[in-house]
Formats: sequence, structure tokens, C-alpha cells
Amino acid sequence: MTTVLERVRSGREAAGERWRGAPRWVRWALLVAVIAFFYALPNREFYQYLGPIPTPGANFTQVLFTVSIYVLLAVGLNIVVGFAGLLDLGYFGFFAVGAYTVAVLTSPSSNLKTLWPWLLVVPLAIGLTMLSGVMLGTPTLRLRGDYLAIVTLGFAEMIRIAAVSSEFLKGQRGFNQIPHPPGKYADGKPFFGVLDARPYYWLVLTLIILVVIGVRNLTHSRVGRAWISIREDEDAAQLMGVPTFKFKLWAFASGAAIAGLAGALFAGKQNFVNSQNFELLNSIIILAAVIFGGSGNIVGAIVGGGLVAYMIERFRGIELFGVELYEYRFLIFGLVLVVMMIFRPEGLIPNRRRAAEFKDRRKEVIVGE
Amino acid sequence: MLLEIEDVSLLYGRIQALHGISLTVAEGEIVALIGANGAGKSTTMRAISGIRPIATGSIRFEGEDISKLRADLRVRRGLCQAPEGRGIFPGMSVLENLDMGAYTRRDRAGIAEDLARVLDLFPRLAERRKQAGGTLSGGEQQMLAVGRALMSRPKLLLLDEPSMGLAPMLIQQIFDIIKEINEQGTTVLLVEQNAQQALARAHRAYVLETGKIVKTGTGAELLHDPAVKEAYLGVA
Ligand SMILES: Nc1ncnc2c1ncn2[C@@H]1O[C@H](COP(=O)(O)OP(=O)(O)OP(=O)(O)O)[C@@H](O)[C@H]1O
Ligand SMILES: [Mg+2]
Repeated sequence: MTTVLERVRSGREAAGERWRGAPRWVRWALLVAVIAFFYALPNREFYQYLGPIPTPGANFTQVLFTVSIYVLLAVGLNIVVGFAGLLDLGYFGFFAVGAYTVAVLTSPSSNLKTLWPWLLVVPLAIGLTMLSGVMLGTPTLRLRGDYLAIVTLGFAEMIRIAAVSSEFLKGQRGFNQIPHPPGKYADGKPFFGVLDARPYYWLVLTLIILVVIGVRNLTHSRVGRAWISIREDEDAAQLMGVPTFKFKLWAFASGAAIAGLAGALFAGKQNFVNSQNFELLNSIIILAAVIFGGSGNIVGAIVGGGLVAYMIERFRGIELFGVELYEYRFLIFGLVLVVMMIFRPEGLIPNRRRAAEFKDRRKEVIVGE
Repeated sequence: MLLEIEDVSLLYGRIQALHGISLTVAEGEIVALIGANGAGKSTTMRAISGIRPIATGSIRFEGEDISKLRADLRVRRGLCQAPEGRGIFPGMSVLENLDMGAYTRRDRAGIAEDLARVLDLFPRLAERRKQAGGTLSGGEQQMLAVGRALMSRPKLLLLDEPSMGLAPMLIQQIFDIIKEINEQGTTVLLVEQNAQQALARAHRAYVLETGKIVKTGTGAELLHDPAVKEAYLGVA
């Protein structure tokens, strides 16, 4: 058993080595091919040839949109959990703040009746989620220990309960006719709409790429070094002159901002927001997805978020021994996580450093440039 | 005076770990702080570096009161601590760890110069520059902690038990290096269990007992003090 695992492990390490050792143009070509694949994916003309990949029980394009939102959320949460090492159990709360900001300011069902256009409200939604992140982080990030986990958990529940029971946030009835982003086809038909999810998917995909570029640049800068040092040893980081509180707050707030953006996109796409969209379970799933993928690694977070969201949808319409797999999706998901934590606690595609943190002295580890 | 601590008390919750201690470190000195386990040596270091807030008293660095200053800002002023238990970043390579030591600095030329100097002082680190910090041996981590603190080019270097867990040969070596660092112009405040070695090299020393300073003098004086001999040097 262990030898098989060892072989799988060394095989993956070899793949990683080959990737890092490959010439620049090969890496770029591969990257472009992967990106092109994902842009082409929601077209029926393309995905009908992909065998078992399209989901049998649900509209594949809609599923892709959901998956892309999860990927965006995973990339955002990875900053908080993966880079800065802060345990955020209520990440979906920020997603809710983003979605509700858009709903309240744009929907005709809102008491405010502002009816602002979607595009105008997006920066506001991002700003407001960031502000709520700062408000939540300022008192808690000064403290060590589990306070942040508890406070974020409470925050997400508070938002959900407010959504369910406050008159202003409309509970179950929710907000409808949330406007779409601007943009028209040549024939005058709007680009973004309820029926065709493709434009939304492409928009989210583009934003994911932009966010990833931004996050990558950050992690390769002084900010990234500061985050990693805080995650690895907060006291030592402070002793090296890193303003730890400031950087933790930054990580927390930027993570929140990305969730706010995701919420705003979701609200526009669904055209409708109500209290059922923000169950606590979602926060847990995203956190699990980030850890599953390999926290601290952007690619890991993308793969984790994408795979988890996709698998959950993929179970729809599959029957095994007369039971619908979809009903047991969380059980399966939980089992996979448990197995994963036993055999590969650092995640599918771990950060090299993170792997070293886990391995510690089990084996000689070279952390190269 | 480079560092003046006056009447400092420190509390961990309701436990008082320091009871009004006062000590000074002049520029160019090596000052040793010795005492039994739990006497409050590391706590004193934490108070100076700002990791723990003090309850009363004052800490002055280069004549300015830094008692309320955040720890990272104290580093910027030239105070750097190699913590007890080393505090190496386990996932970062030796070079990256050293680089973190220079976090507050932006003078690339000066950093490169100091890196060369640290690798020169610790050839062992140069050999293992790409190895992850967490996989170094205890002694190597200890060297890395000292080297990393040096990378901030501190005016005052705080060392908390740099010889802990080292083989006798290495202990000798690390003390020689401390002496060398000092001769190159860095002031050192040194906490040590290894009182013999520390006192032999320190210009002055303080003895800490249950959170109070009970004795002070030059290194040589304390080395020959009968009470110190009995309590800390294992000589009857
Ligand atoms: N975080 C803490 N919470 C509560 N009490 C603490 C804490 N840290 C230290 N103490 C207590 O404060 C006292 C002084 O501890 P300190 O670490 O300063 O001792 P020390 O002189 O460095 O000892 P050693 O030589 O063993 O390192 C001890 O009684 C210790 O138990
Ligand atoms: Mg100590």
C-alpha cells in the first residue's frame, strides 16, 4: 500500500519537475491550450464530443457557471487560508454581502427603489464586502487562536439569519429582476441573460484569470513573503519586522473582496436572490475545496474548487444500486476528504513550501527558486 | 546608553513573570542575562522585542521610549531578536529565511554584503542554502536563527539561548561567533543557561531570579562570585 502511494507520489513529483524544467514556450503553449479549452467548453458543438464530462442530470453550461463561481471563491479563500494561514469558516457570508448589495440596490422588489444598473453597483458591492471584512478582522485578527474561526462562523450565520428574517432583505420571497451586465450582440439582443449562461461563464472565467494574475504578482512580492512568514510562524514574522496585523487584515479583506465580486456576479446571473442561497454548508464546502486542492497553491485552489463543485453536480442523474448518487453527494465528499487527509494532508497539488511544512523532517526537502 | 530598562513588570494573565527589573546595555557591549529555568529571561527578551506588552516601567532605546511601540517597528529601529526555540520558517529555504531577516531593509547592496558575511560566519548554512528550514538539524537551525537576526543589521542583537541543544564543539563555535559579531560592531544582549561560557565572554552580566534582578557585575566578577558559582556554574 505504502509503496504504491510512494510511487504515485514520486510520479507526481516527477511531473512537477518536468513542468518546472520545461522550456518557457512549452509552458506558455500548454497554458494557452488549457485556457482555450475552458473558453470553448460551454459550447455544445464542443462538449458533445467529450464523452462523460458533460453532466447528464443538469444543463452543462449552467453547471459550468456554478463551477466557475466556486473556482473564483476558492481562489479568494486561498489567499486567506492558504497564504496567510487564517481560518475563515464563514467565507460565504461575504459572498452573501456582495449578492445582497447588488440585489438591494438594483432590484425593483427592493424597498430602496434605487434601480441602479448592475455595473455601477459591482464596485460598491466589492467595497462593502471589503469593509465588512475590515470591520470583522480589526478586532479579531489582533488576537491569536481560534477567535477568527468563531467570529467568521458567527458572521456568516448572522447574515443568513438576517436574510431569512428581516423584512428589508425579503427572506424567502427574495429580490427578483436583478439586472444583467450591459452589452449587446450585433442584432441588438442583450449579451447577458437568464437562458444562456455562456456569457456569464466567460465573464467569470476572464475575471478568474485577472484575479489569478493579480494574486500571483502579490505572492511573489513582499506582501506574499509577509503572508507566508505569518502562516509559518507569526511570532517570528513579527520579530523580523513584519507588521503582522496589517498583513493579516489585508489578506482577510482582499479575500472578502473577491467573494463580494463573486456574489455580485451570481446575483446578476440568477436574476434573483433569496435567503436559500447562503447556507452554512457552502462555506464549509469551499474551505474543504481549498484544502482538498492544496491550500497555499493557486493552481491547487482552482483545481480543488472546480473539481468539488463539478463532482457534486456530476452526481445528479447517476444511479447506483437503485439510489441516486446526488442524494449522497456530501457523504461521498466527506469520505473523500477523510481519505485525503490520511494519505495526502497537504492537498492534491500542494504548495512546495506547504508540503515542506507538512513533511518537516521526514525527508530531505529542497526548496528551490 | 543603547538600551535602558527601568522597573519593568510583565504579566501573563494573572501570573506576574517580571517584578520591576532594571538593566542597561551600552553600545558595543556583550551583556549576559543568566538565571534558572523559569526565572524570566525569555520573558525579559519578549518585553524588549515587544512580543509581549509590559505592565509597568519603561524601555528606552537610543534614549527614546519604545515601551508602547509595536514589535515590528522596534525591528526597524535596530532591535532584532533570535527567539528561544529558534522560530525558523520551516517551509522557507535557508536563503529565504535569511532574506526574511532583511525584511525591513531595502538597500540591496547592503543586504548582499550582509548575506555574504553571514554565509561566511556560518559555512554550514552556505552548504545548505536551498534546504528547507524545517529540515535542518537543531544546531543548523540555531545558526540560521542567529544569522537571520544579523541580516536586519541590528544595533542591538537579542539572543535567547543560542547554544541550546548544541554539541560542545558547536557551543564553543557559536560563542566565538558571537564574540566576532560583537567585535564587528554589534551590541549583544545574551540569555544563556550556559553561564560559564556566557560570563567568560560578556562585558557585564545580570542574574535573574524569579522575575527579579538579584545581582550584577562584570562577567569576570560574576564568574568568580561564590553564590553564582554554586547556583549556576555547578561548582560547589
Ligand atoms: N505564555 C505564558 N503564559 C503564562 N505563563 C508564562 C508564559 N510564558 C512564560 N510564563 C511563565 O513565566 C515565567 C518565566 O518564563 P520564561 O520563559 O521567561 O523563563 P526563562 O527564564 O526563559 O526560562 P528557561 O531558562 O527555561 O527558558 C515562568 O514561570 C513561566 O512559566
Ligand atoms: Mg527561556
